[in-house]
Amino acid sequence: MSAPTAVLFDVPGPRARARNTVAGAVTLAVVLALLGVLVWRLAATGQLDARVWEWVLYENVQLAILDGLIKTLQAFATGAVLALALGALLALGRLSDHRPLRSVCSTVVELFRAVPLVVLMFLFYYGLPSAGINVSTFVAVVLGLMLYNGAVLAEVFRAGVLAVPRGQSEAAYALGMRKSGVMRFVLLPQAVRSMLPSIVSQLVVLLKDTALGFLITYPELLFQAQFLGSNAALGSPLIPVALVVAVIYITLCLLLSALANWLERRSRRNPAVIAVAIERPDDA
Amino acid sequence: MDVLFGNLGEFLTRFGGTIGLFVCSAIASLILGVILAAMRVSPVPAMRATGTVYVTLLRNTPLTLVLFFFALGFTKLFFYLPFFLLAVIGLSLYTAAFVCETVRGGISTVSEGQAEAARALGFGFTQTLTLVVLPQAVRSVMPPLTSVQIALLKNTTVAAGFSVFEAGGFYRAVNERGGSTLVALLWVALGFIVLVIPLTVLQRRLEKRWSVAR
Repeated sequence: MSAPTAVLFDVPGPRARARNTVAGAVTLAVVLALLGVLVWRLAATGQLDARVWEWVLYENVQLAILDGLIKTLQAFATGAVLALALGALLALGRLSDHRPLRSVCSTVVELFRAVPLVVLMFLFYYGLPSAGINVSTFVAVVLGLMLYNGAVLAEVFRAGVLAVPRGQSEAAYALGMRKSGVMRFVLLPQAVRSMLPSIVSQLVVLLKDTALGFLITYPELLFQAQFLGSNAALGSPLIPVALVVAVIYITLCLLLSALANWLERRSRRNPAVIAVAIERPDDA
Repeated sequence: MDVLFGNLGEFLTRFGGTIGLFVCSAIASLILGVILAAMRVSPVPAMRATGTVYVTLLRNTPLTLVLFFFALGFTKLFFYLPFFLLAVIGLSLYTAAFVCETVRGGISTVSEGQAEAARALGFGFTQTLTLVVLPQAVRSVMPPLTSVQIALLKNTTVAAGFSVFEAGGFYRAVNERGGSTLVALLWVALGFIVLVIPLTVLQRRLEKRWSVAR
């Protein structure tokens, strides 16, 4: 998305330049004031003292955070693979010529898009035991991620396939290909290229959603943060740990977002990729 | 059925909490999001940079972490606030980043000629944006904005992980009274489906009615 910033205002003249300078200075002052208040409160409540940052040096703490990071990435990788597979299956179902299959898949997609992911995870972790089925936190997290993101990805896939110009499939049918052939050799290869940025953005959402595992005590990064943060022997460094964990999450997500943007730029350069702006499903 | 009707008061209070949280956060996030979008297309570089940094940071932070900070860290750093308000602040700050991006996308769908005509009439940036571009952007922005708000509605359950007033915490109350957690959670899921469906229908209708051939 690029906003036409240059169109909304003229090249500033002397008065507009002066006004813009003042507005810029005020903005800077407000931002600096907000940051200043934050730093002042951090310092005043002792969050910047050496004692609550000592844990950074301890090997056990480093290992605990690393362990949380690995758990986060495990849930992400498993969830991503399963969600992609489920999304593909559901999308194929929704594009099918058979009405019953189509309506079943549509219902499943709508259902899992409407139920909050937290409720899904609670259902698997806290709900299933009352039906006599016990699942581990990992399974509950991955199942939730798979069902919710699978449903969202199904919509992405479907939109991508529908965005391929109709002439392509008509030509393929004219060559005597069958439905599966048309899908596999003609539609999907073209669709995947135009969908790739949207898919990666959805994976960013999935990565962020792994943090919900914290709520069902899956020992991922945020859970480790709370565990370390409430450790009195380390001076209960909740805010320092949370800051470090935030940096880790933001870095991971930015790396994935950068990948999405790079893919988008690359596909825009390539004239063979269908220039259809598929809505990026980054609303969660 | 027993689980629902035995705890109907609890169920309704909690969904009331969810709706209250949703409405407050929706209004706050819309206001903040539109301001951020205006900042991101403004002629002042400092405003654009501030908007960009804010959106980049918030969009790449898990909501759980944002609420984690507001639930556990805010009182330590600043002063006491009831959790409802903290949840509203956290959810609004997070959602505003998405609202901003949606509105900005909507601004770019308004044809350039409109803004150029406004400038030719001597309108400044603020006038061009508020009198010409934004009113037209509203039409194309409505459907994606509804998706963002549906996501917000579902995200209110994350707040339930930190406190108890919200629908997501219904299962705990049922569990304490010896009811089935599974059934309780299924009712909560159904409650959300019932809440989300009207919004989706509204979204489809707006999409049909307001889509214009440009």
